[in-house]
Order: sequence, then structure tokens, then C-alpha cells
Amino acid sequence: MSGGPQYTLYHPRWYRRRVSVWWWLQKWSYTGFVLRELTSVFVAFSALVYLWQLRALTQGPGAYGQFLARLRTPLFLIVDTIAFIFVLFHAITWFNLTPKAMVLRLRGKRVPDWVIVGLNYAACLALSGVVAFMLVRG
Amino acid sequence: MPPSVALTVARYRPEREAEPTFQNYEIPFRKDWVVLDALNHVKDHLDGSLSFRWSCRMGVCGSCGMKVNGTPKLTCATFLSDYLPGPIRVEPLDYFPVVRDLVVDLTDFMRKLKQVKPWIIRKEEKPPSEGEYLQTPDQLDTYKQFSMCINCMLCYSACPIYGLEPSFIGPAAIALAQRYNMDSRDHGATERLKILSEHDGIWQCTFVGECTKVCPKHVDPAGAIQQYKLTGATHWVKSLLLPWGTR
Repeated sequence: MSGGPQYTLYHPRWYRRRVSVWWWLQKWSYTGFVLRELTSVFVAFSALVYLWQLRALTQGPGAYGQFLARLRTPLFLIVDTIAFIFVLFHAITWFNLTPKAMVLRLRGKRVPDWVIVGLNYAACLALSGVVAFMLVRG
Repeated sequence: MPPSVALTVARYRPEREAEPTFQNYEIPFRKDWVVLDALNHVKDHLDGSLSFRWSCRMGVCGSCGMKVNGTPKLTCATFLSDYLPGPIRVEPLDYFPVVRDLVVDLTDFMRKLKQVKPWIIRKEEKPPSEGEYLQTPDQLDTYKQFSMCINCMLCYSACPIYGLEPSFIGPAAIALAQRYNMDSRDHGATERLKILSEHDGIWQCTFVGECTKVCPKHVDPAGAIQQYKLTGATHWVKSLLLPWGTR
């Protein structure tokens, strides 16, 4: 046989669409995803501040006082507020993700997603309450 | 109710044009028509050259996945009445090479699907004379959701990670791997873990969650991937603590 059949003539000419640079603005879930990727820096920042706090605690009251004074500077207050908002954003993402990653079964039935998410929020609120109580009591 | 509705359809004719264009068709509006009916009307009465895939018309075969007004949909289950007054924009699925008009090439997925070994793997096969491998309804229930996948590719088209990193194994293939991992008759989880815990497997996913939103069969591929991440991480910790236990 000589030559291929006619229909293969344009076969390699597939069109591959390029992903737009602005793809992440097309949907809120895409924007949220990019925001999560970028703001993970703030989560790392919060973790580092906690480590710094622990270090100051081990070094005695003087060092801890200095640490607290640094936290009260306007720059730290601004960065900390932004970090808090993004840590909250990540916490909500994780709470909502939990039932996806952990499927719990009770007596052969799957525990509904809202129960697992609810327990996460309840635990978070309870612990925050305990911390707030300790702070108010001084 | 309008007498007609405008359909804007992506056309790509490789013998004629270098990139897709859009063509408008005015089709009669009927309350019980889905987008696939509209495309068939175009094909039968207005323009026989329009190419698209379809087969069962009832959400089982997974052939008619396309983007309708920007969202991946099974066109056999997408009613025109939900998009009034129109126009309704129909495009091929994102991230797959377009062969012609609304037809995309799925070779990449077929290759990845085979990689994750979506079949029951047994350590030892028992002879047919000993009968079937039995399973209780509860055991079936653990993986049934993932077995509903019809390979329609809407999840790939909704996944920006697949668009940006085409080597990513992708939502449906991982959900199908999980379907077999959770099957009480299967012993192939370790074999699949090797493939799925590699760079192009589960760890590429950053939980955008759109795959689950667009899935017409409620398979929840995002859930399958997150569950698998937990399995992968547990396995990794075990291999650190008990290196002899995970072999």
C-alpha cells in the first residue's frame, strides 16, 4: 500500500490552548487556592514568632519583657494582624478539609461531614475560651 | 418562553484555521432540551460539519463532557432552560488537546489510568471452583462512591493543577485507584502507593476542590486524594519508625 489514508492528513494539528496568566481570577476557588499558596508565608511567620516567644520565655523575665515590647511596635501589630487573618483563613480551610481526608464510620455508617467539621470548630472555640478565660483571670 | 436561543459553539477545523473560532447558531428552544439536543439539532439541520462526541444521552457513558458557559458539564444533563436568555457558549474541555471542534484527545488520561492499576490485584488467586470473593454491603459501601466514575474528564478540565502541571496523574485516576485500594478483595495498595506517592501523584494536589464540584456522579475525587494523602503520610511515618514493617 502506498501513502496513508486521507483522514490522517491533519491528525497532528491538535490545538493546545495555553493557560492564561489570569486563570486564577476566573473563579473564587482558584483565587482562594493561589491566596493559600502565597499566604502560607504568614503561617510560617506565626510559627516562628511562637518559637521566638518560647525562646524568650526560657531566657527569663527580662528577655520576655523585651519580646513583649517588640510585639507592641506598630510594625509588628500590623504584620501580626495580617498574619492572624491568614492563619484563620488556613484554619478554616483545614477544618473544612478534615471530613474529606478522614472518613469516620460509626456502626457501619459514615459520620456526616458537618459533624466532623462542627467538632473541629467546637474544639477550637472551647480551647479559645479556655485561653481567653486564663487571660482575663490574669 | 423564548421561541429560540442562541448557541455560540467553538469551532476548530485544523485544515482551515490555526486556532479555534466561535460560530453562532440560532436553535429552537424547547423546555425538555439539553445542550446535547441543541448540538444534535445543529448537526442534523444547520451544519453537518460540527464535530462532538456523545453516546448514551443519560449520564452513563461520559462522552459528552464540554464546557458550557465556562463550566465543565455533561451536555446530556445540562438543560437549555437553565441558561436563558442565552447565548449559551459551548467549548471543548480545557487542558486537553483539541482534535476538532468540541472533540478532545484523551490519550494522556488513558495512559495515566493504566498506570494506577485500576483492577483487583490479588496476592494469590483462588481457583474459580472455590467461588466468588465475597463482600458485605458495608465493605461495598466504603468504595462505592469512587466506583461511580464514568471517566468523563470534567474533573481534569476543572483542575488548574492539571492545566499547569500536565504530568499530574489527576483527580479521576486517583479516585479510581482509591476505589480499588478500599475494596476488601484487593491486595494492590502497596503497588499503587508507589505510583501515587511520587511527585506527579497525590502531592501535586493542593485541594482546589473544583473536581468534586463539577463531578456529575458525586464521586468526590478531592476527597479521594485527601484520604490518600493521609494514607501516604501514615505510610511514610511508619517506614521511618518501623522500616521493617512496611515492606
